[in-house]
Amino acid sequence: MKKITSLEDLHRMRDEKQREIQGRIKGTGDSENLVQVKVAMATCGIASGAKDTMEFMIGALEKRGVEAQVTQTGCMGYCYAEPTIEVTLPGKEAVVFGGVNLEKADEIIEKYIKGGELVDGIIPLNYETIDNKE
Amino acid sequence: MSEYSMHLLVCGGTSCKSRESDILAEKLRKELSKQGLDETVQVILTGCFGFCEKGPVMKVLPDNTYYTQVKPEDAEAIVEEHVVKGKRVERLLYKGFQKKQLRIALRNCGVIDPELIDEYITRDGYQALGEVLTKQTPEETIELMKASGLRGRGGAGFPAGLKWEFARRNEADQKYVVCNADEGDPGAFMDRSILEGDPHSVLEAMAIVGHCIGADMGYIYIRAEYPLAIERLKIAIGQAREYGLLGKDILGSGFNFDIDLKYGAGAFVCGEETALIHSMEGERGEPSLKPPFPAESGYMGKPTNVNNVETLANVPVIILKGADWFSSIGTESSKGTKVFALAGKINNVGLIEVPMGTTLREVIFEIGGGIRDGKKFKAVQTGGPSGGCLTEKHLDTPIDYENLVANGSMMGSGGMIVMDEDDCMVSIARFYLDFTVEESCGKCAPCRIGNKRLHELLERVCEGKGEESDLLRLRNLGEVIKDTSLCGLGQSSPNPVLSTMDNFYGEYLSHVADKKCPSGVCTDLLEYFIVEENCIGCTACARACPVGAISGERKELHLINQETCIKCGACLEKCKFDAVILK
Repeated sequence: MKKITSLEDLHRMRDEKQREIQGRIKGTGDSENLVQVKVAMATCGIASGAKDTMEFMIGALEKRGVEAQVTQTGCMGYCYAEPTIEVTLPGKEAVVFGGVNLEKADEIIEKYIKGGELVDGIIPLNYETIDNKE
Repeated sequence: MSEYSMHLLVCGGTSCKSRESDILAEKLRKELSKQGLDETVQVILTGCFGFCEKGPVMKVLPDNTYYTQVKPEDAEAIVEEHVVKGKRVERLLYKGFQKKQLRIALRNCGVIDPELIDEYITRDGYQALGEVLTKQTPEETIELMKASGLRGRGGAGFPAGLKWEFARRNEADQKYVVCNADEGDPGAFMDRSILEGDPHSVLEAMAIVGHCIGADMGYIYIRAEYPLAIERLKIAIGQAREYGLLGKDILGSGFNFDIDLKYGAGAFVCGEETALIHSMEGERGEPSLKPPFPAESGYMGKPTNVNNVETLANVPVIILKGADWFSSIGTESSKGTKVFALAGKINNVGLIEVPMGTTLREVIFEIGGGIRDGKKFKAVQTGGPSGGCLTEKHLDTPIDYENLVANGSMMGSGGMIVMDEDDCMVSIARFYLDFTVEESCGKCAPCRIGNKRLHELLERVCEGKGEESDLLRLRNLGEVIKDTSLCGLGQSSPNPVLSTMDNFYGEYLSHVADKKCPSGVCTDLLEYFIVEENCIGCTACARACPVGAISGERKELHLINQETCIKCGACLEKCKFDAVILK
């Protein structure tokens, strides 16, 4: 890995990586139809079965020919609805689903990811972030 | 892709559901199909919107209209007016829907992959460190931190900037930065979640503190019971070193800083900073008298600055967004936000972050979705074993450091345990005392012996052997332990007892005077009874009773002799007709 040796270097790197991600979301990057799936994988999520959910998502999406990137993330805060996943379809806003066992994961892939049709179990975003709060 | 042009999101959270939101969703679907719109408009049941007080709540997409207190009979109007004609239903409309939570410390949790430093960097990661190293003097950074009003999130609420200033002023050849990740309150998991979800924010902040106080080495003191947090911290430290964001000459500024982990063995008292430092040195994890404060003589006798995980997680954002931004959030004396681990008899158990000044009612009944199974709220415990119980009358108190103390509890690290009518407050106090007796290090007599005696008194009360004079003894002993203990553990350990006595004196009195536990929790105070209507005289209970306390003829009502009964519960287990009850 290349060392970051100055603040300018760090700025450049941030901008570069941001562009990469933006490209992915807007569908202007290399892979236009990349679906992004984040699985909340903190201790509590894993204890509720998030690892199985993640493995299933990776395997099933590949088998069913959906171009997707499945990554792990930290606690989303919805302990009552673990395992929790966030799905971002190309060009759309991210949607969080709670209580994603394997059955629900299958439904999400078939209905939401493939068909763009929402399914029960969405968790509305109930917080503000530092990005949208001035 | 889907043909749906509109979505009706109906809250399916427990609180809204209990007010028929599921029936509302069903009726909306029916109305839509009547209009032939079921192919283009979809109805979805969602998780909690965090606005339960005005429930049932629903939202219409794509125009982001919020409707509140919607009843099943409103379905027709919503479909006919809003969906068909595009006209909002004014009487149900809710303007200015405000989200109660604001995520600062949790800004990256659940957003980035904690094992990829690049993702942290895209979210302005390490920019604050860069700013501090290249554009600010340590004094300027400390002033900024003081102006922001950030106070320690570990519980005591000491101003962070001031703490750094003390450590900076003490000259020495070597200084240390320590991150206190020894999260020990029962039911608290804020720090674990931050370390697991956003480890780099803590590393970055530690380097910033290092620059401010003149330290080149930092340690994270973390409980060995947090294996995933440890794993992710190790990965994060490795990546930061590879990028040169830890190590020698960081970002070409000439500043050196590195971080290592130290593991705690799970002793609660080691969350106290002097005990923590002794434990790091390989000594017994016992607190020592302050002064000297760690800022003068800490780890290895060198000036040391100890900050909690959540405090540190706030630091990079404050530097990037400024002191004014941060101090505009919160109350007069407590700035910013606080993360709480919401647990107990509440619908939406979760990790939340709210601006200081949010009321307990908003936290429990809106974000938390209210009490489980429609039961009645009784109390909320904040501050863990050092805190106290707050009740109905405190629900509208804005949460900040001072208000919680004034009401007999404390902020603590952020555990919030909600209790309902089925909880016995004497048992709750005893539970916390169990914990402190177990965790007392034994160095000072008031804590070692006093808490043990306090616990014995509580046991007596719970077993129905207490007398009214014991209540006075409980209070006096509690006050003495508070006044004479060496460290924060003992000084606060009687709080759960004292605060429950303040707020639920009647419950204590029932235990000692009437020998009754009003919530039906203390088994020694309960008695087994046979319900006349349900008993068919099968004799199963009488045959099961090991002490022959049950009498009665075949096919006739049976009776339990309370004098002989040893309360083993064998009769309750045997009875197939729900005729044996405990009350």
